[in-house]
Amino acid sequence: MSSQLEQLLKSTPARLHVGGSVMRPSTQAMLKMWADHAAAMDTVFGDVNPQVLEPFDLVWLQSRAAETKKIYLARPDLGRLLHPDSAELLVEKGTQGADVQVLISNGLSSEAINENISDVYPAFLQSCKQYGLSVPQAFYIENGRVALMDEVGELLKPKAVVIFIGERPGLANPASLSAYFCYQPRKGTIEAERMVISNISQQGTPPLEAGAHLGALMRKIIDKQASGINLV
Amino acid sequence: MKLTTALQGAHYTFADLKDLFAKANEEKSGDQLAGLAARSSQERIAAKWLLSEITLSDIRNNPLIPPEQDEVSRLIEEAVDESVYRQWAGTTVSGLREWLVHPETNSKDILHISKGLTSEMIAAVAKIMSNLDLIHVSGKINAITSCRTAIGHKGTLASRLQPNHPSDDPDGVRAVMYEGLSFGVGDALIGINPVIDTFESVKRLFDVMNEVVEKEGIPTQCSVLSHITTQMKVAEAGTACDLFFQSLAGTEAGNKSFGISVAMMDEAYELAKAHSRRGRTYGPNRMYFETGQGSELSAEAHHGVDQLTLESRCYGMARRYNPFLLNTVTGFMGPEYTFSGKQIIRNALEDVFMGKMHGLTMGADVCYTSHIASDQNDMENLGVLLTAAGVQYLIAIPMGDDCMLNYQSLSFQDIASLRQTLGKKPGHDFARWLSARGLFHEGRPSERAGDLRVLVGGR
Repeated sequence: MSSQLEQLLKSTPARLHVGGSVMRPSTQAMLKMWADHAAAMDTVFGDVNPQVLEPFDLVWLQSRAAETKKIYLARPDLGRLLHPDSAELLVEKGTQGADVQVLISNGLSSEAINENISDVYPAFLQSCKQYGLSVPQAFYIENGRVALMDEVGELLKPKAVVIFIGERPGLANPASLSAYFCYQPRKGTIEAERMVISNISQQGTPPLEAGAHLGALMRKIIDKQASGINLV
Repeated sequence: MKLTTALQGAHYTFADLKDLFAKANEEKSGDQLAGLAARSSQERIAAKWLLSEITLSDIRNNPLIPPEQDEVSRLIEEAVDESVYRQWAGTTVSGLREWLVHPETNSKDILHISKGLTSEMIAAVAKIMSNLDLIHVSGKINAITSCRTAIGHKGTLASRLQPNHPSDDPDGVRAVMYEGLSFGVGDALIGINPVIDTFESVKRLFDVMNEVVEKEGIPTQCSVLSHITTQMKVAEAGTACDLFFQSLAGTEAGNKSFGISVAMMDEAYELAKAHSRRGRTYGPNRMYFETGQGSELSAEAHHGVDQLTLESRCYGMARRYNPFLLNTVTGFMGPEYTFSGKQIIRNALEDVFMGKMHGLTMGADVCYTSHIASDQNDMENLGVLLTAAGVQYLIAIPMGDDCMLNYQSLSFQDIASLRQTLGKKPGHDFARWLSARGLFHEGRPSERAGDLRVLVGGR
């Protein structure tokens, strides 16, 4: 293979030069693509492994879209709200007016939680401690959406909320996590007020690094009393 | 206008034309999310039945979104050719369907009456057409448009080569361009979705594409799918921009969420028509649009109107600008608007039909995201259906996997096999270039086709 060709092929993760004929790709290339899609499908429809979350003593809550994945996918509006029983439980087990309230949700990728939470979450807690931020009882939310933080903000009145949530999986990486955060999220918070560290995964933003960086960002938005477009 | 009917022993009443329009749609998760969908299969058919009996003048006289409230409504209303409309005003939606599917009705007839129809009338007839109705009528209509090259000729299937890269890397873009071109893909256009929508980034991507196209003498057109204002700045600074791209919505508020207005698009269109560069000659069609059912709802800008009708209104807006091409990206919008492969297939057939009914050169991104209940087989099925429907171009990416936007579409191999299986050729000028480069022989891919080394080695 010429060095020029090699350099070109190395410069992109696109599936190039896969063999087969001009009409159909090689069997191997086709099945590899299907396998990667299968992994993406399975992580959307799969479940979080409770053992992974056990060390963190989370309280488990449900969104209003927790009944089935079909409802979750078709009704993002319901994923933004807590089931009434869960809202009660949140108030019962939660702490009012803390610095940082942590939420964890499977979102669109259960594997994102399974693979990354054990690294990113302890690193985040450590970082918050260093910055002198209080982080009370955290919650796991089944089938949540990012904007669910608004209801939690209303009910517990923390200074900031962060939600670790599985991203929509791509074929290159079905286990990518996002951390969305916002200063005082409330009903009516607009998307531009939220901030995000995305692509947290072994191949993307390293989870340990993301956790540490996120603590610093929490300190910043709390000190500035603003996030997103309001943060100048 | 009658809004009450009986079907199979039950009575159905619809609140207004908007309600009737929404409930006459095939099942779409976006209509359900908006709270507009039929509550049962029978109610859906009752709505179709009633809709089939109303006249085109009923539709015109009862605007779903009043022109006083919305500039897209105004633009559609003002574009109606009154003399054509008058001949059809008394025709029912059913009558229009039956005329469209009549063996004697041809492309020229349809493109003529299109001028007298509003986007809402075209949406209405789509609602009462079966999938094969849509395929059959779409297949009759063909509009030819011309930018650097012409596309849309009967018997051709063109394609958009989409060399996206997760960090807009020039070598990465070139690699995918060479691979796609070697398969005979890229005759409609080569179009990149940029990661970063800035002047520098958009200019650089144009430069990368223009360089390859000029060096190899490829008869095609290039586009960077940034916001229209970024492209305008890049063009004004002297870079050759063959096509001017923008996403459109079917309402003024939806367009506002995209950061555009009719006035802004009018300005872009004037600039596009005047924009030229040394060594490039252009036909009259310089705009490129993408649309997709559900974008208005996602921007909370749907006015209680169903997503099929709003999609049709996008085409009503598009035709003001005589675009070179337009493609639907239904399937990219997410399961809350298009839940499954079945819904993607139906939406795409509707969109291509409605676009062609507006006289547009229509393409499709045959695609899905990983959280939609669909797979590559659904896309291949849809590729066959749309090719049969005379879709003018399809988007293709390496092995159907977009490593930047994280969704799946058709592959380069799919374009080659769709052409071969259904007897279609690449665009005329492009086919000549493919032959000259030894990639095609006697109108078919040669033994060297599908190997990017032909182009990389030749430099």
